[in-house]
Amino acid sequence: MSPTVFAQGHTPRIARTSARRSVIPGFGLTLGYTLLYLSLIVLIPLAGVFYKSAGLGLEGIWAIISTPRVLAALKLSFGAALIGATINAVFGTLIAWVFVRYTFPGKRFFDAIIDLPFALPTAVAGIALTALYAGNGWIGQYLEPLGIKVAYTPLGVIVACTFIGLPFVVRTVQPVLQDAEQELEEAAASLGANRWQTITRVILPTVLPAVLTGYALAFARAVGEYGSVIFIAGNLPMVSEIAPLLIIIKLEEFDYAGATAVATAMLILSFFLLLVINALQAWARRRHGGKP
Amino acid sequence: MNTVSDGLPQSPPPSPPGIQHHPAPLIERNSAITEPAWVRWSLILVALLFLLGFLLLPLVTVFVEALRNGWSAYLAALTEPDALAAIRLTLLTAAIAVTANLIFGLAAAWAIAKFEFRGKSLLITLIDLPFSVSPVVAGLIYILIFGAHGWAGPWLMDHGIKVAFAVPGIVLATIFVTFPFIARELIPLMQEQGTEYEQAALSLGASGWQTFWHVTLPNIRWGLLYGVLLCNARAMGEFGAVSVISGHIRGQTNTMPLHVEILYNEYQFSAAFAVASLLALLALLTLGVKAWLEWRHADQLAATRRH
Repeated sequence: MSPTVFAQGHTPRIARTSARRSVIPGFGLTLGYTLLYLSLIVLIPLAGVFYKSAGLGLEGIWAIISTPRVLAALKLSFGAALIGATINAVFGTLIAWVFVRYTFPGKRFFDAIIDLPFALPTAVAGIALTALYAGNGWIGQYLEPLGIKVAYTPLGVIVACTFIGLPFVVRTVQPVLQDAEQELEEAAASLGANRWQTITRVILPTVLPAVLTGYALAFARAVGEYGSVIFIAGNLPMVSEIAPLLIIIKLEEFDYAGATAVATAMLILSFFLLLVINALQAWARRRHGGKP
Repeated sequence: MNTVSDGLPQSPPPSPPGIQHHPAPLIERNSAITEPAWVRWSLILVALLFLLGFLLLPLVTVFVEALRNGWSAYLAALTEPDALAAIRLTLLTAAIAVTANLIFGLAAAWAIAKFEFRGKSLLITLIDLPFSVSPVVAGLIYILIFGAHGWAGPWLMDHGIKVAFAVPGIVLATIFVTFPFIARELIPLMQEQGTEYEQAALSLGASGWQTFWHVTLPNIRWGLLYGVLLCNARAMGEFGAVSVISGHIRGQTNTMPLHVEILYNEYQFSAAFAVASLLALLALLTLGVKAWLEWRHADQLAATRRH
């Protein structure tokens, strides 16, 4: 799984004349089918959400979103996703570094395990994390005496968000570190930079755009995450209730308008945040001239 | 010492005059681009502890909890009728969703990789869109259309077609969340391969279909398998979207992940973990095949992941 394919995948291609390209058949059929399928499965249904919420009007949407319970849920979803993505940005980069630069026993096994959150169904991850971090769990029993309660608290939501987002950062940073030219580090060292200076001024700027990309992807995934969160969250209204769960609760009450308003808020907020992070990424690339 | 230039990544800078050269012994020169052993091993330790706590232990927990009440309880949980129905529905849903997205992925990759047209990058972005939509919202959009109070729901129900709270809805929601997997794997791969082989085949008199079957498909088969693998893992494990639209009717609209949730909420923990362990085995199998593909056929996987 490569989360960066479209973000940065401008593969250099040999220029061909359009006349030679048109020899290949099937343009109308494949493009037509692609557009039809895309419209039927994704675009029209998604447009339906916006159409439905347009019917509510801005005041209508705001009236639903500004209730304390919805605000608390949105705050938790976005806050926990941000914290989780930040933890992943730090540890994911460290893990990518360790796997690219060092050798140690069991490396291949652990490298394969990193993709577990992509492959393990979220509901399974949810109940497993809950069992692990509950008061009597393998990890929870050591945290509880320290006064740290993870399961059934907002902290549990952060743990789930971290779990789900980890591979995005590692898999985005890893190839960039691999391609980074060690000659630059040698040059820096030979010019008198110590190791710390080389890391912060040579290596970090090179990988920063990749870290930000991974951060954005991990965040986007975590903010809408449902399966792995609801088991460990405890789902207390106002405390540990996430926004996607609130959508489901409203749907079960046949409150379609309320569910749509929350969904619209989530869609708009996450599109907006992704825009911001994309801009940050473009800035980092310009500023440091590092390879994406 | 503090004049290491910010411009370093772009070009080898001219030697700034202020830098002092420290003639260092050989061993230290070797360590100029690596860290002291204790730093290395502490970093490795931190990384592995993180992976242990967040990834490995949850995985082990699934199997330990599943076998807590012994093998017979484990097998009983897997062979009771509701569990079997859930397994059947999951297999059926994944088969349909993967096939649908496979056909779409091939068509989209063919159109995007082999031709130039306006709006291509927008199209690629739109194909990626389902990844940035919460699974719950993905379920919601189909409820708005096909639900009892939806736009098309009442009309379809009058004609005897049930989509929401039935298998078609589950399949639709699964197709939505797994939508980009195969396309995003094939597009960069086929873009990189260009059109030379196809042009050669066509100029030698092959038809379009023959070219596709005998030239294009063999060239992308491992990348295709990779996409199918990831698509299938997500399709079988999808929870949020399916949870919204399934209605949780036992034995009828319950997929394996939903069955896990129901058992868990009924405090049948070891039964829940038993069904979950099947899904965890699927995840392990997926990871295994994926690692093998990355190791053995790296040249045929999408360019950006090659490392």
